[in-house]
Amino acid sequence: MKSLEGAGYRAEFDPEAGCVRLRGSLRLGGLTEYAPISQLLEDALDGRDALTLDLSGLEFLNSSGIATLSKFVIAVRNRKTCTLAVRGSTSIPWQGKSLNNLKRLMPTLELDFD
Amino acid sequence: MREDFGLIREIEHGHGTESLVLSFWPGRVSLKQRWRNNGLSADFLGDYVTTFFPLEDDAPSARDRQSEIRGAVSYVANELLENAMKFHDNSIAEPITIRLSLEDTHIVFHESNGIGTAAADAFRAFIVRLRAADPGELYLQQLEHNALTDSGAGLGFLTMINDYDADLAWRFEPLADGGARVTTQVSIKL
Repeated sequence: MKSLEGAGYRAEFDPEAGCVRLRGSLRLGGLTEYAPISQLLEDALDGRDALTLDLSGLEFLNSSGIATLSKFVIAVRNRKTCTLAVRGSTSIPWQGKSLNNLKRLMPTLELDFD
Repeated sequence: MREDFGLIREIEHGHGTESLVLSFWPGRVSLKQRWRNNGLSADFLGDYVTTFFPLEDDAPSARDRQSEIRGAVSYVANELLENAMKFHDNSIAEPITIRLSLEDTHIVFHESNGIGTAAADAFRAFIVRLRAADPGELYLQQLEHNALTDSGAGLGFLTMINDYDADLAWRFEPLADGGARVTTQVSIKL
């Protein structure tokens, strides 16, 4: 299991489950500060034909974080070799508002809310 | 000369208007330290607002509404403060101020900060583009553009409009010593 931790958040990649989980509150300053998370996401894609992005514990995400996830979704879409499922939570209001935009970027993305 | 983009709602001071103002002088501590403060301030504003929407019963709909309002206020306040910290010009003797006002049908934010002349011109150009475009289309274009260039500019405003159904307006006021005070107004329907 690869993981990253910072003030108020945790990011982990579980290779066996084929799942990247983001938890807590992510409000890093700009795409540069998100680079380690982008790298974790990119590494998770390597040689994989299916990946799940579990956001059901992600309470807060700022617009730089939205930009980071969108960039990743566009990279997966353009690669055309891996399916992507995103898991969200109905009890976290921003997810109901903003996660649908990821599906607009990649219509084959599977979006599930628990 | 003062210049407005959109309709700036004058702040009401009448009976029944509730508001909360936070002010910062950002040059006094580093941006990194300030950044942490953005999250604390934004969450505080979100929690503060929920006291006006009490849970009179344990109905799930009341809980959902409270949670929605808290989330929206926290998101908008955080984005406004992040932008203010990024673009504020420390050489201009202006504080960064965020005011949250609760009206009967809206929650209104007024965030103001000092900005240099060149940054003000670039910001004006962005506002003109934003106001002329379909926000949904511009949002997707901006995400595609950002994937190629690593620039997330303007996404905060676009998410407020697209995902939170917010109305945005701006005021630029020239300052005697150069630069301008820019006020961003974000209004969310209750």
